[in-house]
Amino acid sequence: MPSNLQLTLKSQRFREERKEDWRALEALLGKVEAGRVRQLSNEDMLRLPRLYRATLSALSVARATSLDQSVITYLESLTTRAYYAIYGSQIGLGRRIVSFFRHDWPRAMQLLWKDTAVSTAILVLGTLLGYFLEISNPDWFYAFVPSGLAGERSPAASTESLRAVLYDKQGQGGLGVFAAFLFSHNSRVAILCFALGFAFCIPTVILLLMTGLMLGGFIGLYASRDLGLEIGGWLSIHGTTEIFAIILAGAAGLYIGRAIAFPGERLRINAASHAGQTGGLAMAGVIIMLLFAGLLEGYGRQLINADWLRYVIGLIMLTIWLSYFYIPRDFSKLDINPQKNKAGSI
Amino acid sequence: MSTTYQESGRRTLITPEGVDLRVTLADIGARIGAMTLDLIFIILMFIAALFILIYSGVKTEQWETSLSLLILFAFFLRSFYFTAFEMSRRAATPGKRIMKIRVAARGKPRLSANSVFARNALREIEFFLPLSFLAGSGATGVDGWMSGLGLIWSCIFLFFLLFNKDRLRAGDLIAGTWVVKTPRPILAKDLASADVIGRERFAFTPAQVGAYGVKELHVLEDVLRMRDPETLQDVATRIRNKIGWKASGNEENIDFLNAYYGALRGRLETKLLMGVRRKDKFDTR
Repeated sequence: MPSNLQLTLKSQRFREERKEDWRALEALLGKVEAGRVRQLSNEDMLRLPRLYRATLSALSVARATSLDQSVITYLESLTTRAYYAIYGSQIGLGRRIVSFFRHDWPRAMQLLWKDTAVSTAILVLGTLLGYFLEISNPDWFYAFVPSGLAGERSPAASTESLRAVLYDKQGQGGLGVFAAFLFSHNSRVAILCFALGFAFCIPTVILLLMTGLMLGGFIGLYASRDLGLEIGGWLSIHGTTEIFAIILAGAAGLYIGRAIAFPGERLRINAASHAGQTGGLAMAGVIIMLLFAGLLEGYGRQLINADWLRYVIGLIMLTIWLSYFYIPRDFSKLDINPQKNKAGSI
Repeated sequence: MSTTYQESGRRTLITPEGVDLRVTLADIGARIGAMTLDLIFIILMFIAALFILIYSGVKTEQWETSLSLLILFAFFLRSFYFTAFEMSRRAATPGKRIMKIRVAARGKPRLSANSVFARNALREIEFFLPLSFLAGSGATGVDGWMSGLGLIWSCIFLFFLLFNKDRLRAGDLIAGTWVVKTPRPILAKDLASADVIGRERFAFTPAQVGAYGVKELHVLEDVLRMRDPETLQDVATRIRNKIGWKASGNEENIDFLNAYYGALRGRLETKLLMGVRRKDKFDTR
């Protein structure tokens, strides 16, 4: 600031006196946004909120007394950045993962119980329908199962070849690829099932019904050749996890669709975003379940050929999931409230 | 006041300290640009991974592991590229960073991980689903009709963004988020401190300074910042005529305008301190 320059206006003096603080805040924000929070000294950590409040009050004063547009625009964007850096800060990734597994995920599942029940009912209905139709007329199979997915498993195949598929050791070399493929395919279907709930649940219901019909068609085909027990083992080793995950994805979709269709006393938009939070959480869990399912399907099913062992593994997985989700517990004790969290207020 | 800034894409955001920050929503163009950039990055990353796989000298026994890694990588890239970046401190993907925009929670300071997840899960129906229908549009007969109808249906989601005032995607609606601008703040020079050659020459009478209001002051500020000679000439002539100012022989337009800007701002700010905000020249306060 050249000394020969006279500061005639109050707003000019106002700006010159505070400019250094603003620049200091800018420099600190640069570090915070670049993720170098750890590099900040204790002193800087204390200065950040102080500078933020000073700048915020400067903005109020400037809006009321200064007619210098450049200052107001500058302060608006500076305080907005600081606001997000200070109040919008996330708790650490490690803590978030711990809190996800300890209470966020099971709590979301318990919140979704109604939708989970409905979604299970739809899938079971589809399966039963598929099964009985298939028993009555094997040609239904072609309507339920897309030919690409059916492969050599169709009513035209011989009982022997159908049995062979269940215990096939083909492509043992490529199990990893198979598992990875199954995981990414199933996850995409699950995400779609969830996302479609947005359109007032209807597409999600259709997708669940179709999955059920396909499942029922398969079971019906094998049951008609006296391979019912065997197909049960083949399906249950991974299916208890995978089908459960798809049911949950459908439930999350239904939950959102329901909130949009019937928002109750809340505004539709608030109901939607509230439901989206829980639904998003549930979906993160579904992806984790599908990762397990992919491993069980890709490795477990191909390596384990004993029916009883397949059943046992499937039931164990189901028990683990059910008890993890639904055993009642007091979440309020476990809750790390992010608002009260030290990291949250920097 | 509120209506004018609502129209210009500004929205109320009240901090816990009680100050309205008036955030600016991101333009549709910036959002499409960001998405395009991100898609390019995703494709480039996938190609890079493919090249690394091919040229890292994988032995034939190891192809299985590397292929499954590639499949997983492709899946995570497609489904979690956006999620991972938006969960970071800047709440923006590289494309968004380049376009100087970010994701923010609506009405809440904290953008939760669940919101980011939900927001990006919906991308699957908003973007990838129309894309897959588009891929099937070559089919003829019933299949072609079906994929055509599907395309129309899913385009409702694709263009959702254009049809609501807060520029929300379907994903934003579900997740309780919106996308706002985050310009780098630049503190421009104060025009009242500009060097004026022979400042003492410019002594305006109260009547001369009182010719304009805040609106004209801001226009003058913009003109002075642009420094386009023709506009300066034009504006200086108009002001001189309006206030009846006799220019001396060697008086530069820029000096005159700077001096007048300083004087006008001083006068209007003094009035402002007394609680009078003179809107424009027609405002007779």
